[in-house]
Amino acid sequence: MAKSMALTGNFAAAYATKQINPHVVAAYPITPQTTMMEKFSEYYANGEVDTELICVESEHSAMSACVGAAAAGGRVITSTAANGLALMFEIVYIAASNRLPIVMCVMNRALSAPINIHGDHSDSMGCRDSGWIQIYNENAQEVYDTMFMATRIGEHKDVRLPVMVNLDGFITSHKIEKVDTLEDDEVRKFIGEYQPVYPLLDIENPVTYGPLDLTDYYFEHKRQQVEAMKKALPVIKKVSSEYSNLCGRDYGIMEKYHLDDADCAIVTMSSTAGTTKYVVDKLRAEGKKVGLLKVRLFRPFPAEEIREALAGIKNIAVLDRSESFGAFGGPLFSEVRNAMYDTDERPNIVDYVFGLGGRDINAVQIEGVYKRLMDAKDKMPGDVNYLGVRGD
Amino acid sequence: MANLKQLTEREERLTGGHRLCAGCGASIIVRQILLATDYPVVVSCATGCLEVSTTIYPYTAWKNPFIHNAFENSAATISGAEAMFKAKKRKGEIPADQKVKFIAFGGDGGTYDIGIQSLSGALERGHDFMYVCYNNEAYMNTGIQRSSATPKGAATTTSPAGRAIPGKKQYPKDLTEVIAGHHLPYLCQVSPGYYMDLLKKVEKAMEIDGPKFMNAFSPCPRGWRHASNASIDIAKLAVDCCFWPIYEIENDKYELTGQSKLIATGKKEKVPVSDYLRSQGRFKHLFAPGNEDVLKGIQEEVDRRWEKLVKLSGY
Repeated sequence: MAKSMALTGNFAAAYATKQINPHVVAAYPITPQTTMMEKFSEYYANGEVDTELICVESEHSAMSACVGAAAAGGRVITSTAANGLALMFEIVYIAASNRLPIVMCVMNRALSAPINIHGDHSDSMGCRDSGWIQIYNENAQEVYDTMFMATRIGEHKDVRLPVMVNLDGFITSHKIEKVDTLEDDEVRKFIGEYQPVYPLLDIENPVTYGPLDLTDYYFEHKRQQVEAMKKALPVIKKVSSEYSNLCGRDYGIMEKYHLDDADCAIVTMSSTAGTTKYVVDKLRAEGKKVGLLKVRLFRPFPAEEIREALAGIKNIAVLDRSESFGAFGGPLFSEVRNAMYDTDERPNIVDYVFGLGGRDINAVQIEGVYKRLMDAKDKMPGDVNYLGVRGD
Repeated sequence: MANLKQLTEREERLTGGHRLCAGCGASIIVRQILLATDYPVVVSCATGCLEVSTTIYPYTAWKNPFIHNAFENSAATISGAEAMFKAKKRKGEIPADQKVKFIAFGGDGGTYDIGIQSLSGALERGHDFMYVCYNNEAYMNTGIQRSSATPKGAATTTSPAGRAIPGKKQYPKDLTEVIAGHHLPYLCQVSPGYYMDLLKKVEKAMEIDGPKFMNAFSPCPRGWRHASNASIDIAKLAVDCCFWPIYEIENDKYELTGQSKLIATGKKEKVPVSDYLRSQGRFKHLFAPGNEDVLKGIQEEVDRRWEKLVKLSGY
């Protein structure tokens, strides 16, 4: 029988990694990711995994070693945050372009400068065009469950892409929560045996990875990556549904919270969805028709499903935990508004950038956003606002 | 040790038809290394001439598994592949007695400069692999820019021989000595001009567990401004004048080898560095009036480094 454990998000990720028992883990310490790797190092030191643990000298080498290991033909897991992800940026693209199903936890943290160790999404959002599947998780339970799904999704023969498992730095990475776990053999059965595709270690059938690819072929290879991303969407849904059959926890690609009859909705990701649910409950008790769309899957961006989920809602606010300097709104806002352009009713959509550098967002602020949506007359300007910052 | 005839009968693992220049040291070095061992090998390669010229999609010149990742991470990449090999053995997915050798290649740019951190990290971690730097003493692939391996006085596109400054101002970094500080089981310098010495060292390295390093002198006709058919003569001359001593360090024990040993023991004569410098267009300006001090300084620096090495080798 599966047991419930009290785990931080990082320990949940570490415990899932232990149960996956990957061939290779290569990582470099950075706050707030460190406790995941420390915990995994304990499992390694106690002989609880068969993994080769590579304690590299930088995040750049972490992802480089992951690429070498994954190309060699086996399961590979790493984790990082903020500046670490920025340092490995070059190789993040190479991992995806070589179609290597690496799983990487990103304990989302603000990018320097100024240096700040707390949570926002500017790190992973900087990698949103890198070709990685990106899943944003609300809590430790979701992180734990997503690790197994990420393994299956990335390795699927139609996909063969790396998967980023995002959790909010400190808020989720360090908060202790109850996590229902699976038995090791349940995990083993769910993820299955790794099926190598063109492994470097197949000496009899040598392959060349990373050739020079010029004007005559490069574009086709990029087009194939586009196709892999498209094919990922049904695979993600299927894997999620299989996972729900296993343990009853059904995540899908998004969570619709009181959306069906809602007049107003907030769209957001990760731990902020939890706070927003609390506000929705409060306003619903007062008879207000408000709802929440929690976006879990950001890449590939499920535009059609987002349109369906938000159909009939007049006023929408997107809560973005990162800034895209010089752009019209944060990354989530741009995507959501783009998706909604094709609907006949074209709802009002406004953006709120919040929580940069780990600035707390509270229920009162979220309620204020709902209030604006509820009070809005027929037309709202699609404006970009800054929530919880001095001077705004 | 295989003799020359036996080597010619072995299968080429870097095949002909690649697009490296005629007389390029890199292809000669790689072929010699791969011919020197019968083990299956997995190769990683830094971005550079060797990589771009041997893997132009949809073609590859490599008959062994090959991976190019990026410029600065050939060592980190091979460390991942080697770790996967170990993990698969541990999990019983690969027979415990299977032998595969891991070799990482990089030019001097990818090794002395941008890749030194990745290399140092992989060596310290003790992966079972051999790193080979094909050192052509500048960024040749991007158009002959100076690197920290470029010798003093050499004209490159970013250290041109100008009216005020006669080529590169600094002496080259001694990377082999930097790597020696990692206390590896085996490291060496080689020159393709003395190929039997090179082959012997490869054979020896392949039987040693753990991290190995080989710094291979790699003439570049295009960048050094010499005829394609002069590469091997120049590779010999570099050793003969002690600009590029060939030696090995096995568990911290220094030993000059081949021609360098003969010079150290007085059995061969050391030739003046100017003979070597005169063989290449990149040093031509040093022989113009006014640069006598630069030439003198280069000879003194070569002598200083050589004498230190001779002492370390116990002669």
